[in-house]
Amino acid sequence: MKKELFKFLIFTVLILVAPLAFKGGYLMNVLVFVGINTMLAIALNLLLGYCGQISLGHAGFFGLGAYLSGILTATHGLNPWLVMPLAAGLVGLLAYLIGFPILKLKGHYLAMATLGMGIIIYIVFNESVDYTGGPSGLSGIPALSIGSTSFDSDVKSYYLVWAFTLGVCLFSLNLANSRVGRALRAIHDSEIAARVVGVNARELKVRIFALSAVISALAGCLYAHTMTFISPASFGFNFSVELLTMVVIGGLGSIYGSFLGAALLTLLPEFLRAAHDYDIIIYGGLLMVMVMFMPGGLVRSVPDAVRKLVRLKGGAGNA
Amino acid sequence: MSFKRFFLTFTAFTMLTSVSAFAAAPIKIGALFAVTGPAAFLGEPERNTAKMVIEEINRAGGVKGRKLELVVYDTAGDATKAVQLATKLIKNDKVSAIIGPSTTGESMAVIPVVEKERIPLISCSAGSKITDPVKKWVFKTAQNDALAVGRIYEQLQKQKLTVVALLTVSDGFGASGREQLKAQAGKYGITIVSDDTYGPKDTDMTAQLTKIRGSRAQAIICWGTNPGPAVIAKNAHQLGIKTPLYMSHGVSSKKFIQLAGDAAEGIRLPSGKVLVADLLPNSDSQKKSLLEFVKDYQKHYKAEGDHFGGHAWDAVMLLKNAIERGGDSPASIREKLEKTTQFHGVGGTFTYSANDHAGLGKDAFVLVEVRNKDWVIVK
Repeated sequence: MKKELFKFLIFTVLILVAPLAFKGGYLMNVLVFVGINTMLAIALNLLLGYCGQISLGHAGFFGLGAYLSGILTATHGLNPWLVMPLAAGLVGLLAYLIGFPILKLKGHYLAMATLGMGIIIYIVFNESVDYTGGPSGLSGIPALSIGSTSFDSDVKSYYLVWAFTLGVCLFSLNLANSRVGRALRAIHDSEIAARVVGVNARELKVRIFALSAVISALAGCLYAHTMTFISPASFGFNFSVELLTMVVIGGLGSIYGSFLGAALLTLLPEFLRAAHDYDIIIYGGLLMVMVMFMPGGLVRSVPDAVRKLVRLKGGAGNA
Repeated sequence: MSFKRFFLTFTAFTMLTSVSAFAAAPIKIGALFAVTGPAAFLGEPERNTAKMVIEEINRAGGVKGRKLELVVYDTAGDATKAVQLATKLIKNDKVSAIIGPSTTGESMAVIPVVEKERIPLISCSAGSKITDPVKKWVFKTAQNDALAVGRIYEQLQKQKLTVVALLTVSDGFGASGREQLKAQAGKYGITIVSDDTYGPKDTDMTAQLTKIRGSRAQAIICWGTNPGPAVIAKNAHQLGIKTPLYMSHGVSSKKFIQLAGDAAEGIRLPSGKVLVADLLPNSDSQKKSLLEFVKDYQKHYKAEGDHFGGHAWDAVMLLKNAIERGGDSPASIREKLEKTTQFHGVGGTFTYSANDHAGLGKDAFVLVEVRNKDWVIVK
């Protein structure tokens, strides 16, 4: 446990000093989104990596959080800080209710059901023009502020978003190492075995689904207030798949893996931009290679590769 | 003493060279276009046109001796990316003005960024929300949907058709059109008897059309971009619907005629003049710009220039004009842009003012009809 805490502290310090390396360039703005995506990847990883339940509709929860927050603050003028727990709570409740019927399904059927859910939520954003502004989006969402300090610059948003992300990180690390975390992994390996040893698998699955939705909705609120504009296109099926890719590339069942996956998938397109028209091909190729040769995700494969290299060098030295 | 003299000469020399270097430094213009993704049909011609025009301006010696440098990024039609890239253009590339983005959603997302950073933006998307209410740093070149709707309603009024059915696509373009169609109906004494939508990827609209056939509509107005409207035209043809069909400027390119085939005959739509450039009377003030653009595009890309590319053409030329009239910093470019009067572009004749950043009048649109697989102007 002490070792875990130490790791988290190092991670926190790294995050805190990262802005110094970028000096307010546009990458700061990208790093804000790395934070938001990390939160989302952790949320999905709790469900998929730990509990073994897939969801192709998480962009929907993300969007619900963003839209609830956006509509209540921009249209109805409520305080953003008040709306945030409200939005997260409402989305959590909704997920809890949908969770019971949906999580009875397994494998492909669960994937399809969550996919359907995500698409329905997307259609609601698109069609209820009077509330959401429809496809052309909702603008005029206020930035978050404490007292007279408004989080309106990239550096400020960075610390705000990452404060939340680190909180979620710490909470998830704790959860993963608790009795609940062990129960989740038991469900992941064999639901029947878990039930035999007295884990209320059904209830636990639904709860973790709801928790995952709450974290996603929270990320949605932060997204809405940092972007100050939202449109349905950001919460479509494609984004759900992107989240899934982050989790798988980063490493299933690893909180830091979620961070690596989110960071890679958010930053990679920015670095590949130099390759102009070929960036998409390189991006796709890289992802394919990673999935083929790093089945454990970045978080396991990179240390493994380093270890192998060290051993090779050591071996060469001995011979 | 000699050191002091040396120092003075040195400073004077550096100042001189830096001034001359400054004068020769290119003016950087940023561009955000949805070159890939679902809005690529907008972004691609826009990017091509912007590149082409900038190249030509530079070949002719630049503007007031300074070259223009274009930095283009692809937003893939994604609002989040558009915001990141706008920040990149401003903070890393230090551009003096931004052209684009291609879609209304992206433009709305980028507006808070440019307003905060004080960089002029000339949007190439049509949504009226972009410049209504007026935002200090935001201009646009694409014609407002309101103008296109006005053109159609005027024609209907002339023909004494007062009952219409709407069929709009459920995306940003369709939603904006639908809003305008409903808002302006009263002014022209038009009643909407049926108001349906279809999905951007739908492949059959028979259901909606059958419903409309049962209504007492005297005209059908469809608002969408390719390929949806072509499907509607075909479906209406198959169902034998004789009610006149009006489309939006979203399909005003040859592509629509290709897609709809025979079913396109007789369909009318409001369009930017670029479509019928060679049919315009010589007295038309835009004709010179239009022909120049069409010819150029044909030469560079072996394809027909459409009005989407025209939005980018206008944006670059408006910027060039503003710079010619003395704009060299973001603030002065904005100021000169706002004073643009009677600029005859591809999209129309632009006159910006402190309370109008869209700049176009109703004459930006002509009503065209498809006849023998080509466009003719409806008088």
